[in-house]
Amino acid sequence: MGCGAADVAALLRAGAATIAEHRVELTDLDRPIGDADHGENLNRGFTAIVSTLDTAVPETPGGVLKVAATTLISKVGGAAGPLYGTAFLRAATTLGDKSELDAASVVAALQAALAGVVARGKADVGDATMVDALSPAAAAAEAGENNGIAGLLAAAADAADQGARSTVPLVARKGRASYLGERSIGHLDPGARSTALLLRAFAEAVR
Amino acid sequence: MRVGLVIVSHSERLAEGVVELAAQMAPDVTVLAAGGLPGGGVGTDFDSVVAAVQRADAGAGVVLLYDLGSAQMTAELAVETLADPGSAVVVDAPLVEGAVAASVAAQGGADRAAVAEAAASAGAPPAADTGLAPEAGAAQSTRLTLRNEVGLHARPAALLVRSIAGLDADVRIRLGDDEADGHSVLALMSLSARKDDTIDVSATGPQAGEAIRRIEALAERNFDE
Repeated sequence: MGCGAADVAALLRAGAATIAEHRVELTDLDRPIGDADHGENLNRGFTAIVSTLDTAVPETPGGVLKVAATTLISKVGGAAGPLYGTAFLRAATTLGDKSELDAASVVAALQAALAGVVARGKADVGDATMVDALSPAAAAAEAGENNGIAGLLAAAADAADQGARSTVPLVARKGRASYLGERSIGHLDPGARSTALLLRAFAEAVR
Repeated sequence: MRVGLVIVSHSERLAEGVVELAAQMAPDVTVLAAGGLPGGGVGTDFDSVVAAVQRADAGAGVVLLYDLGSAQMTAELAVETLADPGSAVVVDAPLVEGAVAASVAAQGGADRAAVAEAAASAGAPPAADTGLAPEAGAAQSTRLTLRNEVGLHARPAALLVRSIAGLDADVRIRLGDDEADGHSVLALMSLSARKDDTIDVSATGPQAGEAIRRIEALAERNFDE
């Protein structure tokens, strides 16, 4: 199947719905190791994306993702705003002005998003951040490219979920949680969790 | 036309406090605060940072300093989205010392790279004596007794650095066994020279004489106190 601007807008709406649904959970995850605002902040950003898309949907998938990026950067704040904003911005740049996405371009967009997050946050796999979800997701998407967009996104969502869970026993080495040192052990990283939630929502929306 | 500074902090009051301190040292430098969220909460706001960078840029560029991790990300993202990303730079520096060192460098007319370098090196321990031979030009020196009330405190130290900014001279200030770079406000402050202390000023380089004359004149005027 193809995937045009309207389809990408639908993915973002599904992402907004899942963030709204898990808003309290994400904030609770952030409470013991951060500043207890991850759910609220992301929800504010995705709500704003939806209202922008309600007004007008840009013509290309890249254009839709760029709207998402600039909205998240302006509305979310904290570390999540610049990180998710950079992820969507790099994905948008990679897609250029393509009007329809195929599996290869979705893989490329995920890889660009990962590269952007790594460049912005300077985190590696194992630091207990969203990179622990996004990195295996991008790899799984590439491996599943022959299964089409729905198949590769499902594989990415599974990998992200597993990656997020892997942050529980880790010592956080980036962000506010890193100040806690060993005391950050035993906590699921909120950013990794929100990344996994978003990818799951995207995968289910295209299915 | 001087380099502008933007202080990016999670806290509006912290950013404004740093601006207050830096501005005291550099009356002609635009130092702007971009702290807190628009509603008054704690956090960094991308749009406020972009707006501050645009207002701080008089044409010589802008140097940004930040407090905690995500403020760095917001600042770097703001710079990347500028029409000319090369016009601004985010510096990894201790916020207070970096802002003071950067503002004094900017006041002295340093370019963007030099202002950024001044901030970045502000937290570093003093450089060890390099043992290099002094530059060409006869060494000159003078001995001064500080008559002003506060000694080489922040403001007088900044005045001293500014008085010799741009001169081609290496200036060292000595108090007892301690020696400081005459071009560094922080180094001068660390001497803790007080009223009635006697300092030795030595200068090398083509404009060493002029540097000595200017510092003598400043001390003569009691650092404009």
